[in-house]
Amino acid sequence: MIRTQAVSRAYGDTLVVDNVTLDIPACGVTSIIGPNGAGKSTLLSMVSRLLDMSAGSVTVDGLDVTSTPSDVLARRLSILRQDNHISARITVRDLIGFGRYPHSKGRLTVEDRSHIDKAIDYLDLGALSDRFLDELSGGQRQRAFVAMVLAQDTDYVLLDEPLNNLDMKHAMGMMKLMRQAASELGKTVVLVLHDINFASWYSDYIVAMKGGKVAAQGPAPEMIRPDVLSEIYEMDIKVHEIGGQLISVYYG
Amino acid sequence: MPERSTSPGLSPRQVLIILAALAAVSITAFMVIGAKGSWGFVLPFRGTKVWGIAMVGGAIAVATVLFQTITANRILTPGIMGYDALFRLVRTVQIFFLGGLSYATFNAQLQFALETVLMVGLSTLLFRWLFNRAARDLYLLVLVGIVFGVLFRSLAGLMQRLINPNDYAVLQDVMFAGFNTIDKSLLMVSTLAILGTGVWVWRLLPALDVLNLGRDNAINLGVAYRSVVSQVLIIIAILVSVSTALVGPVTFFGLLVSNLAYMLIRSHKHALILPAAVLLAIIALIGGQVILERVFGFDSALAIIIELVGGVVFIAMLLKGNRK
Ligand SMILES: Nc1ncnc2c1ncn2[C@@H]1O[C@H](COP(=O)(O)OP(=O)(O)OP(=O)(O)O)[C@@H](O)[C@H]1O
Ligand SMILES: [Mg+2]
Repeated sequence: MIRTQAVSRAYGDTLVVDNVTLDIPACGVTSIIGPNGAGKSTLLSMVSRLLDMSAGSVTVDGLDVTSTPSDVLARRLSILRQDNHISARITVRDLIGFGRYPHSKGRLTVEDRSHIDKAIDYLDLGALSDRFLDELSGGQRQRAFVAMVLAQDTDYVLLDEPLNNLDMKHAMGMMKLMRQAASELGKTVVLVLHDINFASWYSDYIVAMKGGKVAAQGPAPEMIRPDVLSEIYEMDIKVHEIGGQLISVYYG
Repeated sequence: MPERSTSPGLSPRQVLIILAALAAVSITAFMVIGAKGSWGFVLPFRGTKVWGIAMVGGAIAVATVLFQTITANRILTPGIMGYDALFRLVRTVQIFFLGGLSYATFNAQLQFALETVLMVGLSTLLFRWLFNRAARDLYLLVLVGIVFGVLFRSLAGLMQRLINPNDYAVLQDVMFAGFNTIDKSLLMVSTLAILGTGVWVWRLLPALDVLNLGRDNAINLGVAYRSVVSQVLIIIAILVSVSTALVGPVTFFGLLVSNLAYMLIRSHKHALILPAAVLLAIIALIGGQVILERVFGFDSALAIIIELVGGVVFIAMLLKGNRK
């Protein structure tokens, strides 16, 4: 379980994450939704020790993220940020290989290679695996980074807007993969999503953030309701049941 | 089969072998061309010189590649960031307080060790502070580096004006070394320092490769980011101390060899890039010396030419980076 205790982050005088206490259940898909600037990425960065907290504490399986050695955490929790830019010239396969660094410190074993091949396969990167990152399209690059994180093979997987730049087919493929990782391998997947229908369809639990605070949280069906969503996004959102799934409509 | 997108060319291993061969040819040519008099005199004399130049070149090459890795850019060098200006300031301060006579008579190796320790302390403090603030903004870094350089140089200049003429003579002597006047008293201790940092770099190699992915990915993959960056800063400070003490400041040379190494090797692996950069440095300095001095008969123009070319590359890269 990921547990945040009164976590805050300030820039100057503004609190962008404001006293967030939150339990993210283990083994399942949790989506974090909310408007731009709500503090989703900031919270995720603090949970994954990329950003120092101004106050509060975070534990993952009881391990305090600020005091646990980085390499111990790296075998338990992985994070992919919203924007990834790499100045070095690296091939897709090499990038994914870096995902194994926490386990083998740069000397790939047979087991490492099988993890790498699986990740390439899952994200449909077979034909691109020898290309350099700067020769890929935005969505292809995004899939390569997600593959790196999958190869890391951690119990906790944190992805900040993993569907960025993906077409419908690959977006759905990615969400199915996350669903499968949670249900079959018992992983805890935390996603920041903007498409609430993806969140509704594939997640067990939804956390909504607004203005640095947790505005609402609960099992997916309880969250995908017109009153809850309209309040969070400050716009008119209707919810329809289609084929047993809750679908939001907010166009026009 | 998926097509490899790298243009057909030499593998990194082949490039390294060719570079090693070229370096060996340069060194041999330097040792034997135009030798007059007895070999028993010429070989040890020139050998010491080759040894000094090779170490300086290697130190600058490694320092530059490492600096570029932790700042995630290919444009900066420790020289541009004011590292060697800092070393010269440390040296001036010492003469200022000790006086020229005691400096000149003081054990040179001990002197150098003291300076290096001071240099490591100061630069690590300064640059760690800087990276915590500005690491993500390349142009800010360049600007701060230039300001640092000017500041260190003016401080040193001020002190040089305040000291008495005798001390100043000592200072000039130790400040204006060059590739032709390598300070031989420091060769042994420099060699030890360089071997030590070499082992240290070797142990950091896997982590260095991960740093290529940027700070956040490196932390995600379990690299103890702060510790590794601090270690690299210390290594750079030692290498710059060695090269500056032996031949004086060299601003753009590292830029030239690191970028050439990346161009030729086309890999992100430090285990390949670092040796290539060192070999390129040796080829440029020793091969260049042979061609300029022995073939064309110019004296000591090499440093100027290398800095000129490096400077042009620096400006070209800045402009290119700006257009992106
Ligand atoms: N380095 C920074 N300095 C100052 N303010 C910052 C900094 N980083 C983020 N912020 C502010 O913190 C707030 C939360 O940012 P955050 O990136 O967490 O939002 P988000 O919920 O992920 O938004 P999005 O959906 O657009 O990704 C924003 O208002 C942002 O402007
Ligand atoms: Mg965000």
